[in-house]
Amino acid sequence: MKQLMTGNEAVARGAWEAGVRYASAYPGTPSTEILENIAQYREIYSEWAPNEKVATESAIGASFAGGRALVAMKHVGLNVAADPLFTGAYIGVNGGLVIVSADDPGLHSSQDEQDNRYYARAAKVGMLEPSDSQEAKDFVGIALELSEQFDMPILLRMTTRVCHSKSIVDLSKERTEKPLVPYAKQDKFNPIPAISKRLHTKVEQNLKRLEEYSESSPLNYVEWGEKKIGIISSGVAYEYAKEVYGENASYLKLGFTFPLPMRKIREFAARVDQLIVVEELEPIMENEIKAAGIPCIGKEKIPCEGELNPDILRQSLLGEEHETIRYDASVVAARPPVLCAGCPHRGFFYELQKMKNVITVSDIGCYGLAPKDIAICMGGGFSVAHGAQKIFNSESDGTRKRCVGIMGDSTFFHSGMTSMLEAVYNRSDILMVVLDNRITAMTGHQQNPGTGLTLAEEPTHMTNIAEVAQALGVKHIRTVNPLKPDEVRDALKWGMGFDEPALLITRWPCALKKMTQTDVEEFGSLRFVNRVDPEKCIGCRACIQTGCPAIEYHADSKKVTIDQIQCTGCDLCAQVCPKHAIFREEKQNV
Amino acid sequence: MSEVKNILLCGVGGQGTILASKILSTALVAAGYDVKMSEIHGMSQRGGSVVTQVRYGDKVYSPIIGKGSADILVSFEAMEALRYLNGLKKDGVAVVNDYRLPTATTLSGQETYPADCIERLKTLVNTKVLDAAKIATELGNPKSMNIVLLGALIQLMKLEALDWDKAIADNIKPRFAAINRKALDAGIAAVAE
Repeated sequence: MKQLMTGNEAVARGAWEAGVRYASAYPGTPSTEILENIAQYREIYSEWAPNEKVATESAIGASFAGGRALVAMKHVGLNVAADPLFTGAYIGVNGGLVIVSADDPGLHSSQDEQDNRYYARAAKVGMLEPSDSQEAKDFVGIALELSEQFDMPILLRMTTRVCHSKSIVDLSKERTEKPLVPYAKQDKFNPIPAISKRLHTKVEQNLKRLEEYSESSPLNYVEWGEKKIGIISSGVAYEYAKEVYGENASYLKLGFTFPLPMRKIREFAARVDQLIVVEELEPIMENEIKAAGIPCIGKEKIPCEGELNPDILRQSLLGEEHETIRYDASVVAARPPVLCAGCPHRGFFYELQKMKNVITVSDIGCYGLAPKDIAICMGGGFSVAHGAQKIFNSESDGTRKRCVGIMGDSTFFHSGMTSMLEAVYNRSDILMVVLDNRITAMTGHQQNPGTGLTLAEEPTHMTNIAEVAQALGVKHIRTVNPLKPDEVRDALKWGMGFDEPALLITRWPCALKKMTQTDVEEFGSLRFVNRVDPEKCIGCRACIQTGCPAIEYHADSKKVTIDQIQCTGCDLCAQVCPKHAIFREEKQNV
Repeated sequence: MSEVKNILLCGVGGQGTILASKILSTALVAAGYDVKMSEIHGMSQRGGSVVTQVRYGDKVYSPIIGKGSADILVSFEAMEALRYLNGLKKDGVAVVNDYRLPTATTLSGQETYPADCIERLKTLVNTKVLDAAKIATELGNPKSMNIVLLGALIQLMKLEALDWDKAIADNIKPRFAAINRKALDAGIAAVAE
């Protein structure tokens, strides 16, 4: 049977077919759907981990115990998981282990554009790069075979376009159950220096053997066409090259990309007039090919920033452009993503923005769409605020800047707990805020340790953020409903009045959350809408200041209206209306 | 060898562009075409601008198309058609839904929604205007607006002969199948002349 699948769905299917027993991940665009899809296969134990490091560690544990394992993350997640990756590469595996890194060229939903092909080189592990969904599925099984054969974890490098594009996949293969590789106590599982020295020697030897595999691998193959131009490419960039050159070039298509098959590349180069390396982001293959003394064209023509596409290749290599319709596009209004109607974060930021001399230090989540001064990485909100506050406190210009560190519930569990401990341990005086919307919202609603449910939606312990903070030593903790601006205003003032760290938790479910029974018990069923009484509305636009996308001001009537489809009845606008012109009622017919 | 056809569907997060493109690509695969479809997740739930690309033919390489390459542009929202118009071939067709959604910047008054966007479009390219919301509401299900627009696309790309009943059945709950088939036919009829 043939079916259209995204690359992420195909990776999940590939894991199922290849007898994977254990899969773990922390959600992150563009990788999230891999685990969401794996969770549909009952033969695979699957889970959301609190972060990528522990996800990788748990998959390593599963591999050592003899089961085939997969761990998936977005590119920046591999930075978090780098510690177990590097030593894991020395130790190797028992059951096969594949680590999926989903890079995001073009920063569709990321804070940087790092190229994780470097990780294969740095950690000295093999790497495969699928170009489409069929390969994404097939390469999982191949990666697991290689992992077991060469005693190392294998990196499967995806990119946004491979993850999220759909192409046809042949689903005729069924699952092959792999018997567990028997566990036996082995020296390699205990990497003390004396053992690790030997393991390093093994890594170098295995890499040499892997290089030979790369030379003979059917994943690295030549397609002959015109020989004036020879193109070496991998991943989705290969598809772009084929789109632009078709039969007018020959191709060395690389599916197994580290170590590179340098003999194969040299032979291919010798048979074409001009060699072009088409790769997205960094000139990694290009540099290695040039270092081997093989002349080629690459990044002097093709940009190393941003996502590639056929247009960019056509323009940079051939100087050609498609004709387009000429028109004035400046009349088109921007349509940036915004906090949803009813988003509980809106109430918090509405009040925070009014405070003077506040530096907002945020991290990674929906609340990044709200105004902020600083953000760096997941879980960084408190520690960055702490460092900045120490320096601001030494200023004597009379204006005392106050740092407010912000994170979400999921990012608090991800790496915010150590960030909080940094502030407590080092006698900080920042205000820490956890915007707890009861779900991992940004990536499309995944469970986390605070929601009380697992990936399989089975009940589990619901870790309480206030209790964690208390245990870490935070003495001043307050929990508020962020959609009550009066409460928020009061709590912000309270939180900034200490010379010790204070924690403000805003606790209200994401407006898009599928409410659980527990949620309904705590928050009610939340079936409301807000409406405007046009008689009372004076057109002052105070409600517009909340930034809610459901509220529209009409210049002709000088009144506002509320879109009844988008409105969730969060009542924030009603509370900021000076004329009490907005009221709330039960939603009908839903 | 059949030439690769390129389709651009654009709109605003939540308008159902993804479901429409799923039904479309299901039918194309069943008809034996090679198909690639590309969309960007992440921000779509948050009212941002969304675009889906569907390509079909004997053999499709790139999952995305570039500028000036689409045979048809179907815009689920009036102004979005102008945002993505540079993706359309000069002799391509634009199908535009006469349905306007304000943006965060027009709501706050930073920018003005271009009231004449459909008029502008008509002067630039072969344009078919549909009031898909009205058609869908008259059929009894305003939510099937996306399927009305899909119908228009099917007619203009001459794909009526594909098995749409099966494609709908594969992607939509049985109790909504009949009304969506009606919406599809209404969309086909709306642009057939």
